[in-house]
Amino acid sequence: MTSPLRGKTAIVGIGNTRRWNAPGRTPFDQAQEAAILALEDCGLGLKDVDGLFCAISSSGLPVLNMAEKLGIRPRHADGTMVGGASFLFHLQAATSALVHGLCDVALIVYGSNQLSAGGKLVSVPDPQPYEAPYKPRYPISSYALAAARHMHLYGTTREQLAEIALAARGWANLNPDAFARGPLTRGELLASRMISDPLTKADCCLVTDGGAALVLTRAERAQDLRSKPTYVLGTGAAVSHRQIAAMPDLTTTAAVESGQRAYAAAGLGPRDVDHVMVYDAFTITTLMFLEDLGFCAKGEGGAFAASGAIAPGGTLPVNTNGGGLSCNHPGMYGLFTVIEAVEQLRGNCGERQVQGCEVALAHANGGVLSSQATAILGTAATL
Amino acid sequence: MSSDPRFAGLGPDEVFAAALAEGRFIIQRCRTCGKTRHPPALVCAACGSADIAWITASGAGEVYATTTVREREGSYNVAIIELAEGARLMSRVEGIAPEGVRIGLKVTARIAPEPQPHVVFDAAGDAP
Repeated sequence: MTSPLRGKTAIVGIGNTRRWNAPGRTPFDQAQEAAILALEDCGLGLKDVDGLFCAISSSGLPVLNMAEKLGIRPRHADGTMVGGASFLFHLQAATSALVHGLCDVALIVYGSNQLSAGGKLVSVPDPQPYEAPYKPRYPISSYALAAARHMHLYGTTREQLAEIALAARGWANLNPDAFARGPLTRGELLASRMISDPLTKADCCLVTDGGAALVLTRAERAQDLRSKPTYVLGTGAAVSHRQIAAMPDLTTTAAVESGQRAYAAAGLGPRDVDHVMVYDAFTITTLMFLEDLGFCAKGEGGAFAASGAIAPGGTLPVNTNGGGLSCNHPGMYGLFTVIEAVEQLRGNCGERQVQGCEVALAHANGGVLSSQATAILGTAATL
Repeated sequence: MSSDPRFAGLGPDEVFAAALAEGRFIIQRCRTCGKTRHPPALVCAACGSADIAWITASGAGEVYATTTVREREGSYNVAIIELAEGARLMSRVEGIAPEGVRIGLKVTARIAPEPQPHVVFDAAGDAP
């Protein structure tokens, strides 16, 4: 049975600052700009916003700071912090809050200056005393342990991971807004510096600045706004652990659960999806999420990617903005998976446009494969 | 005192650290379902029971996952070890080149003293 929330809310505004290296701006500057852009996109104003959803790596109280800066007095707020998946948890919470009348206009917003402020991943303070003595590089060593296990069990290879980075660059080269564009070869990828075996620098996402925002309303109001609504057909979320050693199975993520919940809520399955956005913090995450969300069988992600399926011209358009690997990665990239899904469903994507795109799946990850959230979005034709 | 006596005494992180400082590697085992866990907590992650006992770990285990961290100063191993009792923990295999640590390698625990006591592993028996 599909969710009673299916199609009851819509993303009506999107904001993307596309400022991937913007010295002199704070995370809140990026977030404010994105919020303004998202509201202008749909023709609503700041005074209409009564639900605020926000997470920022460098702030413990992002909702309070955002509300003050935007001059709004929300009656509903949610600062859930589960890493890069936070914004899809917010999306799920916002759909429920809207339908149940806790708010009428929901703003989900994020900003970061991690590249211009220092060029390293900014993580929220969260000491791990049972990991610290062993000095894992955070977060790459955790993902490397998962990749090593996947290779051990399924014969996944570094060459297959390189195909994922290559596909992402192929899409980025069709996106004028992508940060990393230009030719990239298998040879360059495989010669990249090893950081935490088996992952190299080329397996890692970018470090950029950026800001993004979404505005959501109930579906009946969405029809009266100036943008083309993107309907929320189903969402799912799941949390499985904090530290990588506590992950129940290093080769299967809780995306299995979040995906099944989202598919069930939408009454759809992987075969119904026209466009896929999965959080590619590392090449291995694209591979594991394609498996866990049912686009290929467990263990076959490497062969699936190496077949060219996810690259431009392939059978399944994945991470069409260029992803975290080649478009942007301000630290908590999750919201950008939804932004690109909406752009594709609106038909705004120029050279990289997926033809006949009616159903898109956006999936985000947080922590070290710790939190997973999936959203299935559709055009009016899918209602 | 109206506090629940089941939770009296030091918290589990302190109990673990105190034992380690005395040269004992202890882990938790659920009295209800028998599953072990580490790092410690107040409940069993498998069944939710709050009836948890401490046991001395046998020290036997095998490498569940492994990576070599490459730093300018040199490379070192980081591994997840699955103990014979079932629990997994992050640690390091010493005594062999980091790249030589393989999934499935049998290992034995030892307590390294510096900078704080922490559990590390050596290849069991003859190193490969």
